[in-house]
Amino acid sequence: MTDRIDFTLDDKAVSAGPDETIWQVAKREGVEISHLCYSAQATYRPDGNCRVCMVEIEGERTLAASCLRPPTPGMVVRTDTHRADTARKMVMELLLADQPAQESAHDPKSELWHWAEQMGQLDSRFPARKTPDADNSHPAMAVNLDACINCNLCVRACRESQVNDVIGMAYRGHGSKVVFDFDDPMAASACVGCGECVQACPTGALMPASLLDAAGVRQGYADKQVESVCPYCGVGCQITYNIKDNRILSVDGREGPGNEGRLCVKGRFGFDYINHSHRLTTPLIRRDDAPKDALADIDPANPYSHFRDATWDEALDAAAAGLARIRQDEGPQGLAGFGSAKGSNEEAYLFQKLVRAGFGTNNVDHCTRLCHASSVAALLETIGSGAVTAPFTDALKADLIVVIGANPTENHPVAATFFKSAAKNGATLVVCDPRGHALKKHATHMLQFTPGSDVAMLNAMMNVIVEEELYDRQYIEAHTEGFDEIKEHVKAFPPEAMAEICGIDAETLRTVARKYARAERAIVFWGMGISQHIHGTDNARCLIALALMTGQIGRSGTGLHPLRGQNNVQGASDVGLIPIMYPDYQPVEDADVKATFEAYWNAELDPNQGLTVVEIMDAVHDDIIKGMYIMGENPAMSDPNAGHARGALAKLEHLVVQDIFLTETAFHADVVLPASAWPEKDGTVTNSNRQVQMGRKAVTMPGEARQDWWIIQEIARRVGLDWTYDHPRDVYGEMQGCMASIKGISWNRLLTESAVTYPCDSEDQPGHDVLFGDGFPTASTRGKMVPVDIIPPDERPDDDYPMVLTTGRVLEHWHTGAITRRATVLDALEPEAIACLSPADLDRLGIVPGDKVRVATRRGVIETTARRDSKVPAGVVFVPFCFADAAANMLTNPALDPFGKIPEFKYCAARVQKAV
Amino acid sequence: MAPEHQNYRHPGSGRRKARVGNRGRQVEQAAADNVGALLGDKPRRRDLLIEYLHLIQDHYHYISSDHLAALAGEMGIPMAEAYEVATFYAHFDVVRDGETPSPPLTVRVCDSLSCELAGSDELLAALPGRLGSDVRVVRAPCMGRCDCAPVVEVGHRHVLAADVEGLIAAVDGGDRAPVVPDYVDYDAYIADGGYRLLRDCLDGKRHADDIIEVMRGSGLRGLGGAGFPAGQKWQFVRSEPGPRLMAVNADEGEPGTFKDRHYMESDPHRCLEGMLVAAWVVEATDVYFYLRDEYPGVRQVLQAEIAKIEAAGLDRVTKIHLRRGAGAYICGEEGAMMESIEGKRGMPRNRPPFPTKVGLFGRPTLIHNVETVYWVRALVENGTDWFADQGRNGRQGLRSFSVSGRVAEPGVKLAPAGITIRELIDEFCGGMAAGHEFKGYLPGGASGGVLPASMDDIPLDFDTLQEYDCFIGSAAVVVLSDKDNMCDVALNLLRFFEDESCGQCTPCRVGCEKAVKLMSAGVWNDELLKELSVAMMDASICGLGQAAPNPMLMVLKHFQGDLP
Repeated sequence: MTDRIDFTLDDKAVSAGPDETIWQVAKREGVEISHLCYSAQATYRPDGNCRVCMVEIEGERTLAASCLRPPTPGMVVRTDTHRADTARKMVMELLLADQPAQESAHDPKSELWHWAEQMGQLDSRFPARKTPDADNSHPAMAVNLDACINCNLCVRACRESQVNDVIGMAYRGHGSKVVFDFDDPMAASACVGCGECVQACPTGALMPASLLDAAGVRQGYADKQVESVCPYCGVGCQITYNIKDNRILSVDGREGPGNEGRLCVKGRFGFDYINHSHRLTTPLIRRDDAPKDALADIDPANPYSHFRDATWDEALDAAAAGLARIRQDEGPQGLAGFGSAKGSNEEAYLFQKLVRAGFGTNNVDHCTRLCHASSVAALLETIGSGAVTAPFTDALKADLIVVIGANPTENHPVAATFFKSAAKNGATLVVCDPRGHALKKHATHMLQFTPGSDVAMLNAMMNVIVEEELYDRQYIEAHTEGFDEIKEHVKAFPPEAMAEICGIDAETLRTVARKYARAERAIVFWGMGISQHIHGTDNARCLIALALMTGQIGRSGTGLHPLRGQNNVQGASDVGLIPIMYPDYQPVEDADVKATFEAYWNAELDPNQGLTVVEIMDAVHDDIIKGMYIMGENPAMSDPNAGHARGALAKLEHLVVQDIFLTETAFHADVVLPASAWPEKDGTVTNSNRQVQMGRKAVTMPGEARQDWWIIQEIARRVGLDWTYDHPRDVYGEMQGCMASIKGISWNRLLTESAVTYPCDSEDQPGHDVLFGDGFPTASTRGKMVPVDIIPPDERPDDDYPMVLTTGRVLEHWHTGAITRRATVLDALEPEAIACLSPADLDRLGIVPGDKVRVATRRGVIETTARRDSKVPAGVVFVPFCFADAAANMLTNPALDPFGKIPEFKYCAARVQKAV
Repeated sequence: MAPEHQNYRHPGSGRRKARVGNRGRQVEQAAADNVGALLGDKPRRRDLLIEYLHLIQDHYHYISSDHLAALAGEMGIPMAEAYEVATFYAHFDVVRDGETPSPPLTVRVCDSLSCELAGSDELLAALPGRLGSDVRVVRAPCMGRCDCAPVVEVGHRHVLAADVEGLIAAVDGGDRAPVVPDYVDYDAYIADGGYRLLRDCLDGKRHADDIIEVMRGSGLRGLGGAGFPAGQKWQFVRSEPGPRLMAVNADEGEPGTFKDRHYMESDPHRCLEGMLVAAWVVEATDVYFYLRDEYPGVRQVLQAEIAKIEAAGLDRVTKIHLRRGAGAYICGEEGAMMESIEGKRGMPRNRPPFPTKVGLFGRPTLIHNVETVYWVRALVENGTDWFADQGRNGRQGLRSFSVSGRVAEPGVKLAPAGITIRELIDEFCGGMAAGHEFKGYLPGGASGGVLPASMDDIPLDFDTLQEYDCFIGSAAVVVLSDKDNMCDVALNLLRFFEDESCGQCTPCRVGCEKAVKLMSAGVWNDELLKELSVAMMDASICGLGQAAPNPMLMVLKHFQGDLP
């Protein structure tokens, strides 16, 4: 107890911890001192500028700001003196002089007005200043600086919490003002719409635009709040829904382990899709007069051109009967199922169980195949585990951070805040990507390498580490195998020679390799730029070997972290929604394992591995697979060579699609089952950090939409299974019975704690954030280094198709856009299909930004709008795959990585020309 | 053979068009080339932002949005940070997209108290019409030449005791360069025994503790205004873990103060040697000399003379960085000065921690006023008693009073500490100016309060004025007469504080603005002004806001007769 600081607060003896402020101690003691510029949220630095938290300290000439003042031993502090009270009220009176009156305030219940009421100081005797104009340029946020008190919480929100660096406090004195970039309209600034400033603002000067009426006054306050988790990416931000009259009014970030209160534009402003008029509210059955067509383009507002309404019984009977008939006629291998990484663990578990136990096949997969299948293949092969070895928050503990083939500021925006913070705090940030995306600004080293040359670059770095003997001999001997082979192998990849291939000069390769090897703690993050290649597994093998030979794994601040894409792609894989593994990565071809699951599920199971996503589409064309059940996936948009995929979907004898909208996939369905959106259901999800988190139902479903678990169960019953689950918690309980990783994480524990990391040994223990400090779950307990050679991309540019097409995502849209394009704000921010081109190529091709362009490959052609993008290198065209109006995957190459079976979304030959 | 293109529908609303480029402002290549050329191979360090803004301002006489964006890009700092810094400082003219740059020549008319007493209002009224639209005329705060009021700066050339005709001639004359007076240069200083002390220190012939003892014994206190005992501060900094730093505060902005300019312009090496000795004592690796931008002549002197001491190797243990302010009074506050040296807006820091523990770049830092280090050599050479014995009326030491206003002979007056205003006027300033009767005085610049002539027997020194709610500060004495209305005086001072408040804390930012409004409103609302004053004094972060109410309180206390 020696580090406690004893002092006196309002005549009471109190003690403070070493980092506590007077304000925090007072709060703990039951006195909440008024505050405006101070946020009690831990990640916000106190700034002490508003001066409404002043207290009197004996012996000091002036009052002190309690929010940032640490007590000292023996200090005598009074919060309740006339002097302190008078000063606080006078500060409030000064602030109110320039505010709109409470009745007409933008937010009459803001923090400011709350404290004004508490103080009994609701008006002002001072003359007012000139009122600044409103800025309503942004679709998501209204800026009304007449309510601004210059507390700079928004600046700290933007600069220190999110590290987006858009908001500043410009000018001086009473003219000082919150600005975006150069005092630009918010919408014209570099704002990424995360809304952190809105959440931080204590006055209503920054608010969600949707809450304000035409006069700029807030309408409506929440009648309940529900704690849940964001449905978008694998970061797994915890959120609070503010609900009024069964509608989501707004969303706040909650203090979760992966987000520390932060959100991105999708997680804060992207929820009104659930109320979109396109929501499916009744089961649909395909009309007899509506033949299937690979080129179908149905208006989702009017499905009746191709479908008719049905009752649930009729629809479920039709759905199940078609599947059962094919099972009967073609055998189990005539069926396949695509589950979803967008749903809960319980839904994913039930879906794979249905396919395996009900259909009798392992032909079950989901979009993990399209994102990290190669990473998982490499990780399982080398270190025996497909998940991350350390959370992305460990970036803050690392001295050096490598981000390769990932664009986290767009795709994992809140994870990116940790990388940016770490760089700001002095860590070395190495960014490797052919595109010079937003993280470049924060990077110590930006390696914009030639697309597809990952192996050359990484082997060169290993060459440096081997030649200069920078490897960790002790770690290699204790925990790895294969070093001698790789040591010999990488000698053939000297930086000088590799520089020509990868476009990064030898000196930079050496510098980065040295820094990585010598760092006390270095951690590697990667994304689809690594995985979505025919050499995706090789790319990941290189990263793994780098970490193993330098011992940069197994300790906090070190390790390997493939940033997972979907909110529950980790969880869906964990529970067995993949064709080669049962839950907890138990191999389907292991007879003992199979026997265990046959007993657990009381069913006869398929002894062979199933087909993967792209293979299933090929099998349809090959007349092997005749029927499919697709839940919450949209292969018509997400599969490579989507024209081919759409052909397969249209060719199916029987297709059941379960979704919340009539997706491009549902265009080809025989039966469409209206399902539940994330805010409408209870269930768990698992994020990129292996944190199992609780999602809670916040609003009711529209029309006759049904819970997904219920729909799966109804299908299951109709194909002969005797399921009797009443609630997702029942399913979760069954999962715990066959998944050792979550044995310490009960449903009730999650209700209390909201998030627990797996593996977790017991109910009273935290989970293991960092894995493999002492060996690996491989047969030898060693991590294996696998030497790899350079394989060129499958389809390289030539005279006909001289450019490289690469695909990916944009900040505002999720995956195939089915949800986000129906979210008002996200649609407004990124409203139409685009192709991003370098300024040099635009000039060369005579294209003006905003022109319509045609992008063609050997597989298809799309017409879209050109965007000038200085982040794209010359010779490359980047097309996001979220836009149905110009689907990038009509163009992509379905060539597969031989191990992960992941297609080469990141590279194919293309031609771009101005549309006529 | 690629298939034909088909137009597909999409689920979006289709009501908007896509952005045609990257988010936010982009750097234009031409602007990037300009900025790159200006910066050359200078390091792209964040703390040099203000220096580089000066490069652009000096070269183009304004800073366009494109150049500012290019500078941000070049330095790898966010646009917002570049913009907030550039717009904080008065000497940067940021020209936003679509705005017209002002004419190349700017004429700055000092409107601080002594110059206003001497007629700056008339100049401000007359000059725009007389100088025409090719010249920008702006009002500006104290230029540190109050003994020659009114002062006007044409380009970088200060015109003293200015009148309209003289200014027209000065503008037409075309000379924009600062006037550099004669001074003791390196050779002359060496010839007079200069840098012997520093060399002894560097050569190990002196002990740091002995020098600290001299400082303690002499009773020398910080002459920037706070009056903290110098020897004690050296001891504090020395006891902190290294690396340690030092800064010299030459941002002499307190209206009425010009003593530091006087010493820097006349005997720069005495300042620099004192600085380097102090830096040696505290083992500072680097010393930052923060000079206000209103002193371009001093900058020339220091640039030339610092180069000589670098050539002589006298900076071998402490690197010297001459840093240029950009027109912000608040940067004389030590926290704000440190922020400015770090290339940021001049925002005072909340204390604790004090700079002796957490200062520049987070390092323990010794900060001194110019005059404080100016005395170091003399104290060591002459012994502790020499200085201490020089006081009057029971006080010890010497003070450099900057005297201006209604006296016959204004100027820097080196006088015994503890001298009274009456003695100072009569013995050092040749009495009151002709036709003026002594009515009151500012004992310590704009912040230090206002006293009536009836209180002319108070010893002027640290600590002696507290009981009258005043302080001596930097010893800037402005003498006022029967021709002066004290309400106008107070309003002049409050307008100054309103202009110069950094804007960080509510009591000062809003308080100064509201005080000016209330004081300009005809009848003063005494009660409200008093209540406001108490909150400003109690709750402002720094001395500016805490002292800003002094003028109005003093009027209410001592000059009720002048109230409207």
